[in-house]
Amino acid sequence: MLKIKNLHAIVEEKEILKGVNLEVNQGEVHAVMGPNGSGKSTLASVLAGNPKFEVTRGQILFNDKDLLEMEPEDRAREGLFLSFQYPVEIPGVSMVNFMRAAVNEQRKYRGEEPISASDFLKLMRDKRELLGMDSQLVSRSVNEGFSGGEKKKNEIFQLAMLNPQLAILDETDSGLDIDALRVVASGVNKLQTKENATIVITHYQRLLEYIKPDYVHVLYAGKILRSGGPDLALELEKRGYDWLINP
Amino acid sequence: MIEQQYIDLFTQFRDELDAHSVKGMNLHRDAALEKFKQIGFPTSKQEEYKHSNIVRTFDGELGLNLRNIPIPVNPYDVFKCDVPHLSTHLYFLINDRYYDQFKPPVMLPEGVFVGSLQRFSEEYPEQFNTYYAQIADYSDNGVVAYNTMFAQDGFVVYVPKNVTVEKPLQLINILRGGVDLSVNRRILIIAEENAQVKLLVCDHTVDDVRFVVTQVTEVFADVSAQVDLYELEENSEKVTRLTNLFSEQKDHSNVQTSCITLHNGYTRNNYRFRLLGEHAEAHAGGLAICDKDQHIDNFAFLDHVKPNCMSNELFKTVLNDRASGVFCGKILVEKDAQKTMAYQTNRNLLASDSAQMFSKPQLEIYADDVKCSHGLTTGQLDEEALFYMRARGIDKDEARLLLMVAFTSDVVDMIRIESLQERLTTLIDKRFRGKLMRCGNCNVCI
Repeated sequence: MLKIKNLHAIVEEKEILKGVNLEVNQGEVHAVMGPNGSGKSTLASVLAGNPKFEVTRGQILFNDKDLLEMEPEDRAREGLFLSFQYPVEIPGVSMVNFMRAAVNEQRKYRGEEPISASDFLKLMRDKRELLGMDSQLVSRSVNEGFSGGEKKKNEIFQLAMLNPQLAILDETDSGLDIDALRVVASGVNKLQTKENATIVITHYQRLLEYIKPDYVHVLYAGKILRSGGPDLALELEKRGYDWLINP
Repeated sequence: MIEQQYIDLFTQFRDELDAHSVKGMNLHRDAALEKFKQIGFPTSKQEEYKHSNIVRTFDGELGLNLRNIPIPVNPYDVFKCDVPHLSTHLYFLINDRYYDQFKPPVMLPEGVFVGSLQRFSEEYPEQFNTYYAQIADYSDNGVVAYNTMFAQDGFVVYVPKNVTVEKPLQLINILRGGVDLSVNRRILIIAEENAQVKLLVCDHTVDDVRFVVTQVTEVFADVSAQVDLYELEENSEKVTRLTNLFSEQKDHSNVQTSCITLHNGYTRNNYRFRLLGEHAEAHAGGLAICDKDQHIDNFAFLDHVKPNCMSNELFKTVLNDRASGVFCGKILVEKDAQKTMAYQTNRNLLASDSAQMFSKPQLEIYADDVKCSHGLTTGQLDEEALFYMRARGIDKDEARLLLMVAFTSDVVDMIRIESLQERLTTLIDKRFRGKLMRCGNCNVCI
């Protein structure tokens, strides 16, 4: 589904990614771990097409299509979803209008009719309940005045609404208390199927107790330093990153 | 000197102006003329008009509406104001004249007068003389003097003590003519003690000539009165609109104004609010959306004379292409006006590199126990919000549009007629999509 080959990326003339290789297939959950500043969030941003980052070398194929040639909105329509580390507040744009626009743009891309008002409301309600979200939140402006935890829940709510092929969760656990973490993780788990895939980007092993990865990768200084199974995460939890960085 | 041709025009047609108007209006003309001769139109050399050269628009031949230019259609049939669920009592001014040829009968509460200024002067001479041209001060304002010289008619809302007009009133100003025209209208709103009224004023242009419109509005809110005045400008690019609103409030009164400049040519709106009683509240909103070479200048002056009053200003501007905008917000808290709360916010969005915004807060505070704040920002669309929306599959242009509509939302939210809020949101959306200038299904306006 996703093939990243020798990816180099810069931000403000500084090279952050220095040759990342990663392959993700249908039905898989990958965890990308690493210390602060290793390039984890840059990788997520580059995948989503954030214009602040410039790709200088390498290739990304998403379902055999050249992802780097696509505008951010087309990547989303092709089925890629980024759960933001810092979701943006958009005063004046209601969650309802925002989600309706997003759902309908994606339907249009697939050649489908706009969703009917009643189906849309039902979809909103179902997904909201899945995440145990307050109905109040959905009637407000996008992320405006949401607490840190509410913002993260809202990301997973959007994930549920859009039902993408590939979900990239960028530090979704940061700022969540243990109860919220359970809700968010169970939401993600319910959405995981044999057809789609998830990349979980995280600092800590904590989230991986709830979202079980098939593969764990350690990103350091812009490269994948080590890949392994779920055991690697446990080892990192015990030993930190140092033994990998300075062997 | 541009003024001379208007002094000549006035002298030449003085008798006709008088004949077409009423005594109460005529008796103000001489004094206004004398002042106008002295001060003339404001020029851009004056600080308050630095960024708006309004004299220029008077250059060239402008006719007067002496013949009372007829409208060839029944506006009650043609102007279907397409505001769903907004039911209003509808009135028209054709240029500066009150129109009532096809007006359907209207049931208003007893004692309420809504209609022509001329008729008001005949039916309510006492009130007319008490209020007309009493606060529209032209001692330092040549445009108001000019208007007072030339005004022949206008629109009045008079609500007596303890009466509430439940249904909003709506006035549609129609600009029409075969030659370039100077249009000079008056609006007078009187809400006596504990009276309540809401008025929506819409400006439309139906002919493709140049119009220079002066409008002088006087608002009187007596003790515990509540007045809402919403203005919606949808004029052609050949229209210059120069408005002056004067509002005076007594104890516990509440005045709310909001002027939405949806489509225009060259606009200067002056607002002057005086809080003359305690515990009075004034809320002033303004929103302008300009592109091409359009110009908007909002000048608001809030004068806190008495203690314990509250004022709140929110002015926003969205400028695209080569459009230019000006905002000046002056707050004066006089020595006795302790416990004043005065808030001012001005936010501007520049959607192109060649748009220009000039913005200036001006606070003069002579009382020592007050809460005053002002905030001013001019910037571009939030790139992070744009990316966030695109990352959900929303097209770049659509995301920009949603953000621009969102930017305008808090001004719309101030409006105290819910169905009008919804309608405005739709109109604003259409405006940004370039699909205005039709309010609804009617095709009258150019």
